[in-house]
Amino acid sequence: MADRGLDAPGRWTGFSPLNFVLLVAVGAMILASMGKVAPSPQQLAEGVPGMANLVGRMLPPNTEPDFLARIGIRILETFQIALVGAALGIVLSLPIAWCAARGVSPLGRGSILVKAFVSFLRTVPDLVWALLFVASIGLGAVAGTMTIMVDTIGFCGRFFAEAMEDAEKEPQDALSAIGAGRGSVLVGAILPDIMPSLINSSLFALEKAVRSSVVLGLVGAGGIGQELKVAFDLFQYRNASMIILAIFVIVMVMEIITDKLRARIQ
Amino acid sequence: MLDLVTENSADTGQQALSGPMPLIEARGLMKSYDRRRMVLDGINLTIEAGERVALIGSNGCGKSTLLKSLIGLHPISGGTLRCFGDPVGMQGTRAQRLSMRRRTGFVFQKHCLVRRRTVLSNVIHGLFGERGSWHAFSHSLAREDWRLRAMHALAEVDLADKAMERADALSGGQQQRVAIARALVRRPRLLIADEPAASLDPVSGRNVMDLFTQLCRDHAITLIYTSHDMAHAVDYADRVVALKHGRVLFDRPAQRVTRADLKDTFDG
Repeated sequence: MADRGLDAPGRWTGFSPLNFVLLVAVGAMILASMGKVAPSPQQLAEGVPGMANLVGRMLPPNTEPDFLARIGIRILETFQIALVGAALGIVLSLPIAWCAARGVSPLGRGSILVKAFVSFLRTVPDLVWALLFVASIGLGAVAGTMTIMVDTIGFCGRFFAEAMEDAEKEPQDALSAIGAGRGSVLVGAILPDIMPSLINSSLFALEKAVRSSVVLGLVGAGGIGQELKVAFDLFQYRNASMIILAIFVIVMVMEIITDKLRARIQ
Repeated sequence: MLDLVTENSADTGQQALSGPMPLIEARGLMKSYDRRRMVLDGINLTIEAGERVALIGSNGCGKSTLLKSLIGLHPISGGTLRCFGDPVGMQGTRAQRLSMRRRTGFVFQKHCLVRRRTVLSNVIHGLFGERGSWHAFSHSLAREDWRLRAMHALAEVDLADKAMERADALSGGQQQRVAIARALVRRPRLLIADEPAASLDPVSGRNVMDLFTQLCRDHAITLIYTSHDMAHAVDYADRVVALKHGRVLFDRPAQRVTRADLKDTFDG
């Protein structure tokens, strides 16, 4: 049945010797690192009872009304940090992204510098920004809001700029051809074209802001994280479990809301 | 015609003394994208106010490049080019370029509308560049007199009833008519169209060309367009300019264009 003159193609045609060497090198590095930082079976065996003991001390979560009222206020503050920080970040990202977008930027080749600035904002982790703002502004929610704002600019600045670069060129040319300035081309042709992408990125930014804002309190930048740190520092594990539950609920609620909004935009 | 010349002369004071200038004057126009091949290789072309000129030629002969060079969308590589009496390209300033574009309407082969905006907003975009136009990106924010001008322009292309529909909900022919309304809303003195009927079926293409020439005649607008359809070139233009390998092959009145001319234009 088989045609004797017909050969099947080789099995590993896309796999060069160089790829093989690289794969082996990466595998060796992972194995060597595991010896240093991965938990040993003995450590795991000893850790399981410790974890079980901790979970036992965390249950049942503290549901005293006074405590619930206190963390309710902290949750509200966390939302406020996330919302205000993300909103300011999204608004500031628009002009920054415009200046950073290649081929669209009013700064011409200067767009590279703006892009580098946005990359810098993005590569520094949010907890490091929080430490910087706590050190410069002081403890509390304002430092948290500033952190979320900077983090959002790093995130949205990049995605907004990429969306602007990918916007349809023909409507932009059509407006330029009749004498529209760069600003008019931006608001008349680019922004309407990329609006779904802008809204999508903004919703992701908001979701990310809520997740970030719950941990910023660990370094003193306000929100529910501050209560969590106090609970662990004072060995109040039933309080800690209630706070973790509350964090889980607010992150889940936020994800459900943003998922629904995204589905509507699609 | 007379008031066009007067307005033109007022724009360039010293020309008023030396009589009417051509609307467009190109001398030895050169354009190259890669410094190896000249897309436009010494074009000489004069277009007077009120003329309707068809540019013909095979693909890649430089028609679209010439149209876009006329309004400075593609910077020229050599030669001189004057539009409305002002220099365009290397010799012209940014202010002169913007001023010239604001007196020009441009219709592309593909309609180039902002798909997510309403038809009315798209037509109002034609007023971008006028003083205080930055907020005219949506009809909701535009000045009332601009909204009315846009509605009049839409009525001229028989689409006033579609004003509040999204641009991408219209057929290809209707979208091209919206693009014409956008180009005409500012009452330009020069209308440039790059293969305006190429993406349309024969009947819609004919309707669009009828509309074009009628509106240009009614408002004394100079029309320059490119076309691959020889019937469109000969039937709607006063003059036909053929390009071949970036040069003018012939430039003569439309009624004197022969089959042999067309064969020369498109052969080899």
